[in-house]
Amino acid sequence: MYSKDGENYFIVDAHVALWDARPENQINIHGKQFIDCFYDYHRNLSPESEKWSYEEYLYYGGERLMKDLFTDGYVDHAIFQPARLGAFYRNGFGQTEEAFALTQRHPGKLTYNHYWDPRFEQAGLDQLRRDAERFQLKGAKLYTAEWHGDSRGYKLDDPWSYRYLEAAQEMGIRNIHIHKGPTIRPLDRDAFDVADVDKVATQFPDLNFVVEHCGLPRLEDFCWIATQEPNVHAGLAVAIPFIHTRPRYFAQIIGELLYWLDENRIQFSSDYALWTPKWLVESFVDFQIPEDMRGEYPPITVAQKKKILGLNAAAMYGIEVPAEYTVAQPAGV
Amino acid sequence: MSAGPLARETGKALERRARKALDAVHDPELDEPITDLGFVRSLEVHSGRRLTVHLRLPTSFCSPNFAYLMASDAKDALAALPGVEAVTVLLDDHHDSEMINRGLAADADYRGTFGAEAEESLDELRLIFRRKAHAAAMERVLTSLLRQDPARTVERLHEVVIGDLPGGTATHALLRRREALGLGVAPSDPVLVDEHGRRFPPDEVPLRLRFARSVRISMDGNAHFCRGLLRTRYPESAADQSPRAVDPTGPACVTTPLKEHVS
Repeated sequence: MYSKDGENYFIVDAHVALWDARPENQINIHGKQFIDCFYDYHRNLSPESEKWSYEEYLYYGGERLMKDLFTDGYVDHAIFQPARLGAFYRNGFGQTEEAFALTQRHPGKLTYNHYWDPRFEQAGLDQLRRDAERFQLKGAKLYTAEWHGDSRGYKLDDPWSYRYLEAAQEMGIRNIHIHKGPTIRPLDRDAFDVADVDKVATQFPDLNFVVEHCGLPRLEDFCWIATQEPNVHAGLAVAIPFIHTRPRYFAQIIGELLYWLDENRIQFSSDYALWTPKWLVESFVDFQIPEDMRGEYPPITVAQKKKILGLNAAAMYGIEVPAEYTVAQPAGV
Repeated sequence: MSAGPLARETGKALERRARKALDAVHDPELDEPITDLGFVRSLEVHSGRRLTVHLRLPTSFCSPNFAYLMASDAKDALAALPGVEAVTVLLDDHHDSEMINRGLAADADYRGTFGAEAEESLDELRLIFRRKAHAAAMERVLTSLLRQDPARTVERLHEVVIGDLPGGTATHALLRRREALGLGVAPSDPVLVDEHGRRFPPDEVPLRLRFARSVRISMDGNAHFCRGLLRTRYPESAADQSPRAVDPTGPACVTTPLKEHVS
C-alpha cells in the first residue's frame, strides 16, 4: 500500500522474478550474456541510489525479494512470471521451487505463474496439466524467443501452441503473459512482431493476453492490435523506468497507451529484479503529463493511476482489494 | 585496383572515406546511421588499402537478423569504395558473433550464414522498416506543423502537400524516406500518405496521424534504449554517439541528451 496526498493506492506488481544467474548455474557463454544484458538495463535506467552490485544481481534469494517488494516497495501482491531459459541455465533461470515455496509461506501475498513451451509437444502438455494442479495456476508466462534444440523461438499461432492454449483455457489458466524476444524462425521475419498475439486473442476470447513491455520495441503494432482485441492488455515492465531517465518520453508512452487501450488494460510491473518497485511506485504517483504536451495527451487522473498500479491486475487475478483502495468506476477485465 | 590519384592516398584519407561510407549504413529498426549510434567500434587501414572494422551493439541479444543486416551492409559499403582491396567486418560480443563473422568472411550471404534458420531473404524485413521509417518521418514534420500553427486543425493535415513544408532537416529526412519507398517528391504531392503514396480518406486523418505517432514514439524509444545501453556496456562509446537531428517534441531534444549522460 502506498499513500500520498490523502490518496491510498493498492499495489500489484504484475511481473517479478526470483532468478539464479550465478556462474555455477550457467551452462554456456549465453547464460553470462543474458544476465549481463539484464544488468545493463538495470544500471542504465535505475537512479544511482537504487543500483545493485553485479554479485547481488546474479542471485538475491527469497528474503531479499520479500524485503524489496513488501517491506520497502509498497507492494500488496506480486505475481511471479518466470522464464526457463533451459539452454542457458542448468537449473533454469527462474527458480520454480524456491519461488513456489515462498508463495506458500506467504499466503495472499504472491501468485506463482509458470511457463510452458509448445515445442515439448505432448510431453509438455502432460506436464502442463500436472503443473496446473500443483501450482493452482491462474496464469502463465511465455517467452517466445526461448532457445530449444535447433529452434530459437516459436510463434503463438503454431499448431502445438494452439493445443497448449486450448488446454489452458479448459483448466482456467486465463492470464497469458507474452514476452517477445529477438530470435524466431525463420529469421526473415521481425521476431518482435505481435501479429501472432492478434490471432490467438481472436481465437481465445476467454483468455487475457498481457503483452509485456507494452509491445516495445513495437509499441505501434501492439497498440494497433489492442484497439481491436478487447482481451489484449499492456504490461508496463521495461517502459516504466523511463519515468526517471526520460520523463518526457515516458509521458508519450503512457499517453499513447491510454489513448489506444484504456485505463483498464494497463498493468504496473517493476520487472523485479530488473528494477525495484519502491522508486517506480513513488515516481508514478508523482508523475504528470508535462504542460506543453497536453495538446497531445490529457493529464492522468488519480483514478487512472490507482487502476494501473494495482486495481487492474487485481481484477484480472481475483485478488481481493479492501474498499478504501477502490475507485468509483471499477477496474474490469 | 587502379592506380592514379588514389595510389598515393594516405591511410588517414582512406579512413575518412570509409567512415563517410559507413554514415550511409543505417540501423533499420532505428532509422539512424550506425556511426551516429556509436556502433562502429574501430576502423583500421592496413597496408593502405585493406580495411578492418569492428562493430559493437547495445546487448549480446540484439536481434541477429538486424545485426547481420548492418554488418553485411557495412561490408558492402566499404567494398564498393575505389582503392579498397579487402574488407573485414567483425561483429563483437554478440550471441551470434561466431556465425555472423564466419558468414561475412566467406561472403556467404544471408542464407549461407544462418542456414536452416533463414528461409528466403531479409528483403521483406527491410521493407517493413523502410515503411515504418517513412511513417515516423511523416509524423515528425506534420506534428511540427501543428505545433507551429495552433490554428491548423489535425483534419486539415489532409491538404498539406510537400511544397507547404518548411526547408530543413525534418523535411529532407521525409523526402529521403519517400524516395526509398519509391514515392513522389513533387511539391504538389500530398504528405500524409500510406506506404504506397495513397492519401487517406479525410475522416481517417486523425487516426492515421495518431498511428504514425505511435510508430515514431516506438522508434524513438528503441533509440533511447540502444544509445543508453551501448554507453552502459561500452562507456567509451559515448564519445562516438551523436543525437538524432530532429525531435518534434521540442524541449525534449534540448534537455534529455544531457540527462542521458548522467544516467
